[in-house]
Amino acid sequence: MIGASSNRKEGRAKVSGTACYTDDKFVPGAIHGVTVRSQVPRGILKGIHFDDGMPWSEFTIVTAADIPGKNCVASVVHDQPFLVGIGEEITHMEQPVVLLAHPDRHLAEKARNAVRLEVEELPAILDIQASLGLEQVIYGADNLLKEIRIQKGDPETVWDQAAHVIEGEYRTGAQEQMYLETNAMVAVVEQAAAETRVTVWGSLQCPYYVHTALKQLFGLPDDRVRVVAMEMGGAFGGKEDYPSVNGGHAALLAWKSGKPVKLVYDREEDLACTTKRHPSRTRLKTAFDAEGQLLAIAIDFVIDGGAYATMSPVVLSRGALHAAGVYRCPHVQVHARAVATNTPPPGAFRGFGAPQSLFAMERHMDVCARKLGLDPVGLRRKNFLRRGDTMATGQVIREDLDLGGLMDRALDEIGYRDKRAAFALTNEEDGPIKRGVGFSVFMHGCGFTGSGESYLASVAGVEGLADGSVSILAASTEMGQGKNTVFSQIVAEALKLPYEMVDVAEVDTDRVPNSGPTVASRSTMMVGRILEDAAIGFKQSLVQQGFLQEPYTADSFRAGVRQAVATLGSVKCYGQYHKPADIAWDDATYQGDAYPTYSWACYAAEVAVDLDIYEVKVEEFVTVQEVGRVVNPRLAGGQIEGGVAQGIGWGLWEEVTTQQGRMINNQMTNYIIPTSADLPRIKVVFLENAHPAGPGGAKGIGELPMDGPAPALLNALVDALGPLRLDEVPMTPDRLMDRCEEVSHG
Amino acid sequence: MADRITLTLKVNGEDRSLSVHPFARLLDVLREDLHLTGTKEGCGEGECGACTVLLNGQVVNSCLVPVVQVQGAEVITVEGLAQGENLSSLQAAFVTHNGAQCGFCTPGMLIAATDLLNRCPNPTDGEIRDGLAGNLCRCTGYSKILDAVHSAADGVAR
Ligand code: FES
Ligand code: FES
Repeated sequence: MIGASSNRKEGRAKVSGTACYTDDKFVPGAIHGVTVRSQVPRGILKGIHFDDGMPWSEFTIVTAADIPGKNCVASVVHDQPFLVGIGEEITHMEQPVVLLAHPDRHLAEKARNAVRLEVEELPAILDIQASLGLEQVIYGADNLLKEIRIQKGDPETVWDQAAHVIEGEYRTGAQEQMYLETNAMVAVVEQAAAETRVTVWGSLQCPYYVHTALKQLFGLPDDRVRVVAMEMGGAFGGKEDYPSVNGGHAALLAWKSGKPVKLVYDREEDLACTTKRHPSRTRLKTAFDAEGQLLAIAIDFVIDGGAYATMSPVVLSRGALHAAGVYRCPHVQVHARAVATNTPPPGAFRGFGAPQSLFAMERHMDVCARKLGLDPVGLRRKNFLRRGDTMATGQVIREDLDLGGLMDRALDEIGYRDKRAAFALTNEEDGPIKRGVGFSVFMHGCGFTGSGESYLASVAGVEGLADGSVSILAASTEMGQGKNTVFSQIVAEALKLPYEMVDVAEVDTDRVPNSGPTVASRSTMMVGRILEDAAIGFKQSLVQQGFLQEPYTADSFRAGVRQAVATLGSVKCYGQYHKPADIAWDDATYQGDAYPTYSWACYAAEVAVDLDIYEVKVEEFVTVQEVGRVVNPRLAGGQIEGGVAQGIGWGLWEEVTTQQGRMINNQMTNYIIPTSADLPRIKVVFLENAHPAGPGGAKGIGELPMDGPAPALLNALVDALGPLRLDEVPMTPDRLMDRCEEVSHG
Repeated sequence: MADRITLTLKVNGEDRSLSVHPFARLLDVLREDLHLTGTKEGCGEGECGACTVLLNGQVVNSCLVPVVQVQGAEVITVEGLAQGENLSSLQAAFVTHNGAQCGFCTPGMLIAATDLLNRCPNPTDGEIRDGLAGNLCRCTGYSKILDAVHSAADGVAR
């Protein structure tokens, strides 16, 4: 079962048009919610005025003053209000202030513009530089949402003696997740016998995050709040933390009106107000000896966290922990900061901080190779981490790691040496088309950072059903990545049953335990492992209770489960995460095993640049990765291809343009994601190396492909065009033209 | 101006007559009035193709089509592709080749690809890429969609 390319469990429903996404849910009598948002980046809310000419009495209106529990979105840090109240501070352009609902959705939309906010404006700070420079203090004493330091050895002792010290600064822009389904929620609040019961159905990655947020918002106990994950039209992190906000809003409207509420963002609103990838700035200083051996790295990593902390502390942590890349180095210092600005808060997006810091490191290695007169392959090979080496946190590499072999495979696949030689000649010719090849080598930590998995203490289970089949109980959500299928394969393998006999239960907090959020490439490896344990416990219980005898067939198993259910009413078995004994982490010092293991990869790109219009075409893209045992090769391949497409978009085209901190190209017409005509076939190679932490040896896979494309592409562009200052993504045609002109103007 | 008009059309082979808002979009009529929610809205402005349907045999973005233009027309949506329980060969190929990940682009993608195969029964990669360039997918990177279309064109599950 593990290793088979089983068909997606929900595939048939998806191709038939019967899969039910949030806005597809038919809710008789539902009213439609809209959100009135601030139109200034910073100020004090003085008043809310409702213009004449709207039948306001027909509307449900919610302001901060109505909130029954705490006006604060439960998150890593509790700092963000659901709605800003009068007298309180508005901190970004898209801040929610008033909620409206009406049976006619067109009228609701119109009414949104008939609410006027009276605001005493305050000066705003809108970017990293302004925040670090303390032009205004908008958060705590120093505008820092989070600060992390990692220290190994002392780079300060190295600079003076090193043969070469090379510095660089790199930047990455915001990126929109652009899941095809916008954020959407349906809420119902029942009040019976003085008891309030809140139910939310939505497009959301983490049902228990929303559950916690709603409990706090309404001041209700666990069992009065229910969250159901509907079919999800993509998420990529964009539905990790934001659903706590819009889920709360929908529930507030339902509670106030006593009616079911649909709150579905249109594309423009979704793009303007929901989370994005954090913009970043990385300064790198590296020391090498005369042979190109890495002696020291100092990294100053800063991300723009927006107006509230949201996921920034953890995004920063992952970024910091990946910042030194895949290299052995005795002296490493990482100083990482997430700064506050008056912009809509960014959040989780596939990669979660790692793409930003890895972009800097992998671009920088090529810059260094050039300065040292070495080729990028040789410089990397000299410095790769190997078994027994320690990373910046002191984590010892315990697995057999052959990054040189991984790199060689990718370079062979793309024909690196031949192409470089050939392009060096053809690029000398006059025509406008210049070609190049480039690559990046990187890793992605699997599961939550540090002690995250221990805090989560995730639980998942399996249940026998009356028809004798097996159902998986986990709060992990399907967003297209293939969780339904992969979980079913893992449990089928553990129970030695056909795949068809196992399926997943609906993700409903009334029914499934908290298996943790569906993030951090953790579902297959972490939850899959728990399910493996639960499945074995389930089988053992059946045997012990005399319902099953080993060896068994699918039929005898089915009969045994049927009988057990008939006799006992319900048969379930749960498993829980246990920290492997050989893993240790200290949050205070940032020392230890940052992740239980890593997935490793080398990505290589061939580009063709048209110097008449500065357009970049990606001609070929090769990915070679070591992700442990691959549970479902076709689904895993799809994850890599899709992630690479997003990485290419981030590297070349996807630019978030802002005005006063607000995205102004908030339409699909002017925020450009790759179409089928823009991409090459992406070659996917898996090198399997089973890891004991995951089920059947699997590691994490979902985020890895986001990390490598941007640096590989920019390295390829330098190969094509010569040593330009390509230190920023997206490298749009405009930006590329500027950088070319820098050189021609000296 | 009347605030409702009577609209008569044929959807997936069935004659339908209903009273709708005169400025409604075909997409809304399908989703809200006919409860054919397979057709999706990804942008509402003709960019993503999630709302693609066949209108009198032509591919259109139903979010851009006012109902007044579909009076008496014939519409095929994703719900009309299967014959009863039997998926079309393209739908089946999307299942076996993992052409649908989150599935939100899939209904529009299937309609556009059905039309492509009608016009061009044995397309190359390039022809498929061009044919589907109006349908955005954020999940797949398109390779598995290409595989599915090729396999349906070949009439075999490759
Ligand atoms: S919803 Fe019609 S094209 Fe996007
Ligand atoms: S499968 Fe998700 S958008 Fe295409």
